[in-house]
Amino acid sequence: MSSLDPVLLSRMLTGITLFVHIVFASIGVGIPLMIALAEWRGLRTGDPHYTLLARRWARGFVITVAVGVVTGTAIGLQLSLLWPTFMRVAGQAIALPLFLETFAFFIEAIFLGTYLYTWDRFKSKYFHLMLLIPVALASSASAVFITTVNSFMNQPQGFTLKNGVMTDIHPIQAMLNPATPTKVSHVLASSYTLSAGVLMGLAAYSMLRGRNHPYFKKALKLTATCTIVFAISTVMIGDASGKFLAKYQPEKLAAAEWHFDTMTHAPFVYGGYMDENGDIKYALKVPYALSVLAGNLPSTEVKGLNDYPVDERPPLSIHYMFDLKITTGVLILVIPLLYLIRGRLPGRKPYPRWLLLALILVGPMAMIAIELGWMFAEVGRQPWILRGYMKVSEAATTSTSVGWMLVMFVILYLVLCFSAIKVLSKLFRNKDAVEEMKQLGMEGAESK
Amino acid sequence: MSYEIVGIAILWTFLFGYLLVASIDFGAGFFSFYSVLTGHQNKIHNIIQRYLSPVWEVTNVFLIFFVVGLNGFFPDAAYYYGTALLVPGSIAIVLLAIRGVYYAYNTYGHSGKNNIVYMALYGATGLLIPAALSTVLAISEGGIIVENSTGVHLQWGQLLSNPYTWAVIILALVSVLYISAMFLSFYAKRAGDKVAFEIVRGYALLWSAPTILASLLAFFQINKQNPDHFTNMLNIAWMFVASFICFVGAVYLVWQRRHLGVSFILVMLQFAFAWYGYGRSHLPYVLYPYINVHDSFTNSTMAYALITAFVAGLLVLIPSLILILRLFLFDAKYVRGHEGKKG
Repeated sequence: MSSLDPVLLSRMLTGITLFVHIVFASIGVGIPLMIALAEWRGLRTGDPHYTLLARRWARGFVITVAVGVVTGTAIGLQLSLLWPTFMRVAGQAIALPLFLETFAFFIEAIFLGTYLYTWDRFKSKYFHLMLLIPVALASSASAVFITTVNSFMNQPQGFTLKNGVMTDIHPIQAMLNPATPTKVSHVLASSYTLSAGVLMGLAAYSMLRGRNHPYFKKALKLTATCTIVFAISTVMIGDASGKFLAKYQPEKLAAAEWHFDTMTHAPFVYGGYMDENGDIKYALKVPYALSVLAGNLPSTEVKGLNDYPVDERPPLSIHYMFDLKITTGVLILVIPLLYLIRGRLPGRKPYPRWLLLALILVGPMAMIAIELGWMFAEVGRQPWILRGYMKVSEAATTSTSVGWMLVMFVILYLVLCFSAIKVLSKLFRNKDAVEEMKQLGMEGAESK
Repeated sequence: MSYEIVGIAILWTFLFGYLLVASIDFGAGFFSFYSVLTGHQNKIHNIIQRYLSPVWEVTNVFLIFFVVGLNGFFPDAAYYYGTALLVPGSIAIVLLAIRGVYYAYNTYGHSGKNNIVYMALYGATGLLIPAALSTVLAISEGGIIVENSTGVHLQWGQLLSNPYTWAVIILALVSVLYISAMFLSFYAKRAGDKVAFEIVRGYALLWSAPTILASLLAFFQINKQNPDHFTNMLNIAWMFVASFICFVGAVYLVWQRRHLGVSFILVMLQFAFAWYGYGRSHLPYVLYPYINVHDSFTNSTMAYALITAFVAGLLVLIPSLILILRLFLFDAKYVRGHEGKKG
């Protein structure tokens, strides 16, 4: 263990914690919105199916929230435990969003507990629905605040660094840095997409298992429509993020695109691999596309990696993450679109097996896309922890025990994730939706 | 009052909030597990669940708030404690994670039946976490975190051989059980659940004497550990006397089975006096002798921003807390269990 240095081990431990947290956190941001939508539709249309949908989603949601909360606690504390030097310097500038995030988390915790235990408790059903508004707002708000911290690390501003101490600090300016708009909106949109996609997969799975109750069809239609809307916005914001990178962090975009020489009419390199000599093989080159991505015109000049000193270049492997993320992103949009279009074509079976299978895959694909997106964003700013100011190697703890902590946390996360999956699948299997409708005496439940 | 005193007072208040809410939670988890083991399950388990279920998530926030606030107001504290506490901090995170997750799995994941393994994890971590967290109080007295040319280090030998460490751990354990039992007595009485009330009242009386003895033990160990701090404490001795009077009043009321609400307010006051007295006499040091509130304070712009955010946050937070208290603590119907089945 001791042969690996604390910097690398700290990076690994932080990476693993975030890897687990991001899935649950993204679900935590998006699902309250979906629950609210379903409950609202149920109230508006008077259709009890939607209300049941909201209830069942909420039940599973608590389990994912629990894992999100504890992994979030872990990363919150690990920030100081693993990166004390970074916190000592940057804590002066990022304390405000961290503090605000905790408030948002507080509100979410209070209202989620209240929401779960007050079904059928108020005279007006709308009052119960309204309890979900603070949950949805606060979970999105905490994503916004924490993402501004990450944006700050990518695009620091609002301070002067003198002899390792930050002075002349403007907390709001630090939060509203150039990276914030695209990052925050991309994080929100992709979290909503993931959540809608996962719920869509659940509905598709039930139908694949032969359950043809209208309940599942409604669930599928609602979630698929949401997935499409959210996916379109994610793709559009993704394009804006590309333009942001070209302007503010060109070395990240250049490394992602294996783009070495600064030029106009730059091609977009898709796929392929790079051999030991640095030659790119089997890649698809789309002429001018990178220039168009960077500035909407083929004549846009795109900066190349050769303009940067070797020790400030991000690793070239982020190309694979970038491409995979874009590919999955497009699939996430195309698959539910296919389902909606097919449903409108006359004389076609609306729910063929292959399509249901593809719909189930959208959830996992969205998870992969989010993980890849974050890995791309984070690995892509190496070697900096505070881009342009502080390198990762200067910020890590000097403790020699990080290796053992890494082992401990890996075991913890494996156990947590494994048992979360077990508990969730048991939860939905023990109480089948059709059974529950019968219990609740909903009409139409017998048409199984 | 200067910004740094406002800052540390805010943080100390959040830690006090955590102390109360978490003690109820940790102790209740332990009693809940104990009741399953001894077959008292049906008598007190339900009432504990009814209180805990809607609030389990809130508890964690108080702790996070403190840590984040400490980073914000006193960035040097993040550096010293962060470097030295990697191992104990990580272990505390793991315990908190196990506890939080398995509580949720047990309460929401299984229909009605209690999983004994989950309950055991919940009960055991309920005692281990306060023990682990309380050691930070011992560390803050100095002599355990040492800075030399190779960096900041935690002296494990010093930590574990120090009688004050153990005094604090014992105090943490017994007060968790005491606070929790006192609260549950109040709650059971409100619910009109006589059987549960008699059981938790017994726990409350049982743990009252050890609590006050452990307090005295810790009090005098500070003298050996950090005489300056002890002198400061003697200068505000009235706070500790007030704490003791509140303790006597609270226990007397539980003994008499009367005014349980007042009794629990006295418990809160008992710990408030002790807690703020301890905190006030600890000043100006956050970590003796490396971090003091005047030298290690964040820049004034950030301090102003944080305090503003704090006030704005409270404006949202307090009404929300009142709402949850009214719905789950002071709603007679819910407390008696007529309503509030989970969705």
